[in-house]
Amino acid sequence: MNKYKFKPKSRFKELIGEKLIAIASLSALAVILLIFIFIFKESIPILTSPEVQSEAGLNKMILKQQFYPGHQPKWSWQPNSDVPKYSLVPLFIGTLKAAVIAIIFAAPLGIAAALYSSEFASKRIREVIKPVIELLAGIPSVVLGFFALIVLASAIQKIFGLTYRLNAVNAGIALGIAIIPIVFTLAEDAMTSVPKSLREAALALGANQWQVSFTMILPAALPGIAAGVILGFGRAIGETMIVLMASGNAAIISYSVADSIRTLSATIAAELAEVVFGSAHYNVLFFIGSLLFVFTFIVNLGGELIMVRLKEKLQGKTR
Amino acid sequence: MKKIAVLLITIMAFVVAQAGNITMKGSDTMVQLGQRWAEEYMKSHKDVTIQVAGGGSGTGIAALINGSTDICQASRDMKPQEYNNAETKGIKPYRVAVALDGIAVFVHELNPVKELTLEQLKAIYTGSITNWKDVGGPDHVIVLYGRENNSGTYAYFKEHVLKNEDYYEATQTLPGTAAVVNAVGKDKYGIGYGGLAWAKRVKFIAIKNDDKSAAVLPSIKTVTDGSYPIARDLYWFFNGTPTGALKDLLNWALSPEGQKLAEAADYIPLPAEMAAKSVIK
Repeated sequence: MNKYKFKPKSRFKELIGEKLIAIASLSALAVILLIFIFIFKESIPILTSPEVQSEAGLNKMILKQQFYPGHQPKWSWQPNSDVPKYSLVPLFIGTLKAAVIAIIFAAPLGIAAALYSSEFASKRIREVIKPVIELLAGIPSVVLGFFALIVLASAIQKIFGLTYRLNAVNAGIALGIAIIPIVFTLAEDAMTSVPKSLREAALALGANQWQVSFTMILPAALPGIAAGVILGFGRAIGETMIVLMASGNAAIISYSVADSIRTLSATIAAELAEVVFGSAHYNVLFFIGSLLFVFTFIVNLGGELIMVRLKEKLQGKTR
Repeated sequence: MKKIAVLLITIMAFVVAQAGNITMKGSDTMVQLGQRWAEEYMKSHKDVTIQVAGGGSGTGIAALINGSTDICQASRDMKPQEYNNAETKGIKPYRVAVALDGIAVFVHELNPVKELTLEQLKAIYTGSITNWKDVGGPDHVIVLYGRENNSGTYAYFKEHVLKNEDYYEATQTLPGTAAVVNAVGKDKYGIGYGGLAWAKRVKFIAIKNDDKSAAVLPSIKTVTDGSYPIARDLYWFFNGTPTGALKDLLNWALSPEGQKLAEAADYIPLPAEMAAKSVIK
């Protein structure tokens, strides 16, 4: 028996182990990079090929187009038409409507739950609330989508007396349920990591629990809360299955939340399976994919940066 | 070396075992039909395994072109561009109609509207009629439901009912005919369309060719005799003329026994002489 149980047998083996781990972590990075390169590559013809541009150039995706003589120019997404129409504007509006409703629904709930859990709840209650809300993140989005399609849509239609059963509110609330855990987890982490010394100082000055929570904890944790809201927004933009099932998928220009919507992500999911390989429609779908990738990347980066700032602030580092 | 040899033998054994394995992919409308046929065929042919998958006609055609399926089930013909793609990949599509399908138009059970002309149906789905009162119903906005554009039903309806005009943008597109039936079943002012086999728990609309002709409800009888106006062929596509197990399966599906099964699964059998003509000698 060797006396030193953990004495390395060979420096060489250790080195190999270390390299293997390094490769594993770098491969994750490489995969992300490869995905981006592939998606981007497939959307390049939109910028370079005149043939594709004549059907779906950038201007056709953004500006109003007159498709038939004598008709009003309009934004329209009808890729399978005799005159294919590739305006992304209705899809942008749909995506934003769903994501904004989701965040309006999820942010107050998530933040309030976080505040309760971190400041007011007894230890026993907290030990129930926290894992249960975090468990919500584990519900497959297709299940949430199905729930929204069958149950939530009927309830919302009945309560508000809406014309369309599947609409932006329905999709937004279902999305909101999916992002509550993100807002909650990050906000709660930020609140609990406010240093005890700050809390104790406030209590020593005679503040009651409400005053501590609202005038001290909330402002101190604000960057973490903001990060949660931003990351939740990013998830809502990219989430696919829920909106595909719950939104009605009608690509219309409307600012009413009671109308159906079609989002960028759902459009890819619904149409990519059919699209003729190498066609303009195919390139446009990949272009939408690139847009979503870049957009969620920026949003997530913003969220992460705020988190870093928060940590520095709470550790007392100043810039 | 020994390990590699074992691995190779395993792989080869796997490939040999796959010889009696037929994959079938495509139209969601036809999944039930394919499954019914596959089950019955496998009962009498123990050496053959048939895998049936949906995904939409377009998905099936793409799979045929990529060589990843033996049989493509499609509720529409291939588009010219798809024929071109097949050609460049060295695939020679062989098309056989294996059953018929009527596209039913349906509304909520409580909707008083009983019949529509093709003209009215087109006006409704292109957005020139938007209120039920214009076609004899209640004064309420018509809520349109349809299929996603990867569906053969979508393409067929657009071509034959909308005369290739665009769907009204407010049409809510849902994944799968089952979802459309479900949505219309829950929406008092909804209207939807889909394969006859799927449409249950909603009220069928009788269709008139024009103002003067008689209104016809979709049924096996009216589709087979051609009096129901919105009907189509359901196809199998092969790569080249099928031989061996594929040929045997096709001929069996076209046989009276196979066609009877199609009818039992709520699809519409081919007229006998049409089926007999498609059998491969």
